[in-house]
Amino acid sequence: MTAAAAFATNWQVALPALVVAATAGLAMVVDLVLTDPDRDALAVLGIAGCVAAIGAAVALWLHDGDPAGFGNTLRADRYALFFTVVIAAASALTLLMSVDFLRQNALPAGEYYTLVLLSTSGMMFLAGANDLIVVFLGIEIMSVAVYVLAGMLRSERRSNEAALKYFLLGAFATGFLLYGIAFFYGATGSTRLDVITTALARDGLGPFTLLGIALVLVGLGFKVALIPFHVWTPDVYEGAPTAVTAFMAVGVKAAAFAALVRVFLAGLGGAAAAWTGLLWALAALTMTVGNVTAVTQRNVKRMLAYSSIAHAGYALVGVVAAPATAGLAASAGASGGAAVLFYLAVYAVMNLGAFAVVVALGRRGEPNEDLRDWAGVGFRHPVLGLAMAVFMLSLAGIPPTAGFAGKLYLFGAAVDAGDVGLAVVGVLNSLVSVYYYFGVLVQMYMVDGSRRIDPPATRPWVLATILVTLALTVLLGVFPASTMELARVSFQSLR
Amino acid sequence: MGKVLSLVVFWPTLGAALLALLPREHVAGIRRTALAFSLVPLALSLWVLARFAPVPDFQFTHRLAWIPAWGASYRVAVDGVSLFLVLLTTVLTPVVVLASWGDVHRRVKEFFVFLLVLETGMLGTFLATDLLLFYVFWEIMLVPMYFLIGVWGGPRRIYAAVKFVLFTLVGSLLMLVAILYCAWRVRAETGALGFGYEQFLGLHFTLREQLFLFAAFALAFAIKVPLFPLHTWLPDAHVEAPTGGSVILAGVLLKMGTYGFLRFALPLFPAAVGLAAPWLVAAAVVGVVYGALVATVQPDLKKLVAYSSVSHLGFVVLGIFALTPVAAAGSLYQMLNHGLSTGALFLLVGMIYERRHTRQIAAFGGLWGVMPRFSVCLLLAMLASVGLPGLNGFVGEFLILCGSFGTWPWPTVVATSGVVLGALYLLWMYQRVVFGPVVHAENRALADLSRRELAVLVPVLALCLAMGLFPTPFLARMQPSLDRILARVAHASTTVVATAEPR
Repeated sequence: MTAAAAFATNWQVALPALVVAATAGLAMVVDLVLTDPDRDALAVLGIAGCVAAIGAAVALWLHDGDPAGFGNTLRADRYALFFTVVIAAASALTLLMSVDFLRQNALPAGEYYTLVLLSTSGMMFLAGANDLIVVFLGIEIMSVAVYVLAGMLRSERRSNEAALKYFLLGAFATGFLLYGIAFFYGATGSTRLDVITTALARDGLGPFTLLGIALVLVGLGFKVALIPFHVWTPDVYEGAPTAVTAFMAVGVKAAAFAALVRVFLAGLGGAAAAWTGLLWALAALTMTVGNVTAVTQRNVKRMLAYSSIAHAGYALVGVVAAPATAGLAASAGASGGAAVLFYLAVYAVMNLGAFAVVVALGRRGEPNEDLRDWAGVGFRHPVLGLAMAVFMLSLAGIPPTAGFAGKLYLFGAAVDAGDVGLAVVGVLNSLVSVYYYFGVLVQMYMVDGSRRIDPPATRPWVLATILVTLALTVLLGVFPASTMELARVSFQSLR
Repeated sequence: MGKVLSLVVFWPTLGAALLALLPREHVAGIRRTALAFSLVPLALSLWVLARFAPVPDFQFTHRLAWIPAWGASYRVAVDGVSLFLVLLTTVLTPVVVLASWGDVHRRVKEFFVFLLVLETGMLGTFLATDLLLFYVFWEIMLVPMYFLIGVWGGPRRIYAAVKFVLFTLVGSLLMLVAILYCAWRVRAETGALGFGYEQFLGLHFTLREQLFLFAAFALAFAIKVPLFPLHTWLPDAHVEAPTGGSVILAGVLLKMGTYGFLRFALPLFPAAVGLAAPWLVAAAVVGVVYGALVATVQPDLKKLVAYSSVSHLGFVVLGIFALTPVAAAGSLYQMLNHGLSTGALFLLVGMIYERRHTRQIAAFGGLWGVMPRFSVCLLLAMLASVGLPGLNGFVGEFLILCGSFGTWPWPTVVATSGVVLGALYLLWMYQRVVFGPVVHAENRALADLSRRELAVLVPVLALCLAMGLFPTPFLARMQPSLDRILARVAHASTTVVATAEPR
C-alpha cells in the first residue's frame, strides 16, 4: 500500500462534506443548462444535497465505526456529526429562504447557490478538523465563499463595504491563526490536536505554547465574533444580503465554534487552567458589550448583529464551564460542552427564523430594516408577527421557547462548574437583552406607524422557512430532553 | 381523577388556540367562545374543591416525565395554600372576560387569546410542584400581561408594559439561578439532579447559603407583591392597563409574590427567615402606611385603588412573616379578599370610565341619584376593602393583626394605622364620587349598570359577603397546609440556634 493510499483509508469520514461539495459542482453544471431565469431547481438541488449530507452523517453515526480518517487529521466522531447535521440544516434553511430573496433582488442564482454549498462543505471540514492545518483549510473554504456572498448586491455600497471589510479583516485574522499554528508546531512538533495534547502533558506549557493559544484564540474569536474581535460584525451583517447575513450569523458561527471547542477542550483540555480565566473574561465581556450595544440599535439587521455577538458570549459560558464539568458528562447533569452544542443548535433555528422574517418583510430597493418600518406589522401580518414574536422571546430566553432551554443548559453548567458568578452575569445580560428584543414586539404590536410597509403577498419559500423554524423553536423549548441527550452523547465522543 | 388539574391548567390554552382560528370579524362569537372556555376551569376547580380533603398534603397530583436527565418533571398538585388561589383565578377570569365585552372593542380576538394564555400561566404557577416547571409558568405569565398592557392600555402603555416586564424579570432571573443552585445541591446530596418541591425541602443548607438563596427568591417575590420600595412599577402598570388587565394584575398576579413567600421562601430556607423577617416586616409596614397616604391624595380613581393595593399587600406580608398560624391564615385569607374587593373596585372604575372617559374623582359627584345600582355596588366593594365587619376584608385584617401582635408588637400597631387610613381614603373617595349634588352636567344622563355589568359584579360581591360571614369552611381547608409550613420554620429556627451556640 502506498503512503497516499494509507492516508486515505477510512475516507468515509469526509463523506457529508464531499456530498455537499459534489452538489456544489453539480449545481455549477446544472446552472449552465437551466433556462428558468430564477433557477429554483438549483435551490431544490442544494437542499437535496444538504439532506443527503444529513443522511450520510446519520449513517456514520449509526455505523459507529472508527472516526479517525486521513491520518487522524479529520474525525467523524459524533461531535463532528452533530455539528454536520446542524450546519447542513442551517444551509438547507438558508437556501430555502434565499429563493424569494434572490428573485426579489435579481441576484445571480447559480453563483449564489454554488457558493453557499461550497462554504457549507468548508464548515463541515471545520467541524471534523483534528489538525490545526485542517482547521485553517476549513476556515478558508468557508470564508472565501462568504466573502463573495457578502458582496453580491453589487450595486449597493453597503454590500461592497461589507465584502471588503470582511475580506480584509478576515485575512488579517487568518494571519493570526496561522501564526499561532506555527507556534504550536514549533513548541510541540505537530499540528495534530492529539499529538499536541500528548506533548503538552509531557512538556507542560511553555511560553511559545501560550503565545500559540493566544494567537489561535484571536483567529477563531474573529470568526465567532467575540469581543474585542467583533468590530467587523455590525457593518458586515448590515451590508450583506439578508439571507447571507443569516448564513453567516448561524452557519459560520456554529462551524467556528465547533473548531474552537475542539481545539480548546480536546486539544488544550489538559491546559485548561491556562485559558479558562481568559475565556471567562471574554465571555463576560462579549455578552455585556454585545447586549448593551444592541439596545441602541434602530436597524433590525444591525440589532441582530449585536445580538449574535452576545449569543457567542452565552455559548462561551459553556466552554468555560466545560473543563470543570467534563467528568460529569457521563452522568446526568449539565456538561458545559454539551450545553454549547445544544445552544448552537437552538440558536441556529431561532436566529434563522428571525432573519427569514426580515427577508419576508423586505422588497426590492426597500429592505424595511429600520425598526420604525415595523410598526403595526404584528396585526397586519399575523403569521409573520407571531413568528417574529416567538423568535424574539426565544432569543431573549423566555420560556417555553427553545432559547430558554438553551440558556438553562448553559447557565446550569456554569452553576455546576461552581461558577455562580458567571451564571449571574449571564442572566443579567438576558435582562438587558429583553429590552431590545421586546422593543421589536413594541414596534410590531403597540405602535401605530405612519408608513405602512407592504411586503409581497405570495412567498411560499420564505414562509416555509419561517414555519419550519417556528415549529422547531417551540418544540425544542417544550420538549428539549431528547435533543439535550443527543448533544450530551455527541460531546462525550470528543477526545 | 389525577389529570383534572392538568385539564384545569391547559384548558384555557386550548381555548386560546381555538379562538385564534376564528374569523376576526365575528366579534360576538369570539366573546361567547372565550366566556365558555373560561367557565370550564371554574367548573373543574369547583369539583376539585368538593373533593378536597382538609389535610396538609398535596392532592390530585399529576406527574409526567419532562427532562429526565435533569430530574425535572411535569408535576402539578394542589394543597391548602394553592386551592383557593386557583379558585380565585378561575373565578376572576370569566368575570374579566365578561367585563371586557364592554371595554375592549379593538383587536377583540387577540385580547381574549392573551387573556386565556395568561390564565394557563397563572394556574400553572399556583399548581406546579416542580421548581423548573414553576419557573416556566412564572415567566409565561409575563408575556400575555405585557401584551395586555402594551396593546390595549392607556396613553403611556408602552412605558408601563416595558417597566412591568423589566422589574419582574430582574427578580425572577436571579431566582432562576437560585433554583439551579438548589437542583445541583440535590445532586450533591442524592446523586441525581432534581427540581421537585419535596426534594428541595429535603436539602440541608448552611446558613450562609440559605441567606443568599432566600435573598434571590425574596427579591423576585417582593417585586411581584410589590413590597415598598420596589412597588414603582405597579401604579404605572395599573393605570395604563385596560380594566381586565388591572383586575387580573391586582387580583391574581400580585398574589404570586405572597404565594411564593409562603410556598417557597419560607419552607425552603427557614433559617434565613428569622434573620430576614425584621427587614421584610419593616418594608411591609412602611408600605402599608405609605401606600395609604399616597392613595389619600390621588385625584385619579384608578391610581387610588392601585396605591391601596400596595397598602393591603403590606398587611399580607406582615402576616406571613409573623410566623404564627393565625396570622398566616389571615394573610392567605387577605390575599383572596384583596383579589375580590380590589378586583371589584377596578371593575367599577372601568365601568364609570367607559361612560365618562375620565377617572378624575373631581369629575364626579352625586352619582347616588343618577346611578343607584352602581353606587350600591361601589359601596359594597369599598366597604369590603375597608374591612367592615360582616365583609371579607375584616376577617383577613383581624386575623393578621391578632396573629402578628405577639411577634411584632410595634410594627403591628403602626400597621393598624393603615386600617384607619384605609377607611379614610376610601370613604372620602366614596363621598366625593357618590354623594353631594351633581356638579357636572355630563353626569346627569349617565346610564346605570346594565344587566351584563351586574352579572360581572354580583358574583364577586356575593363572594365578598359570603367570605365575610362564613370564613370557617375556607380557613379549615387552608390551615393544615399552613401549619406544616410554619412547623418547618419553627423547627429550623430552634435547630439553628442549637447548632450556632457551641461556636
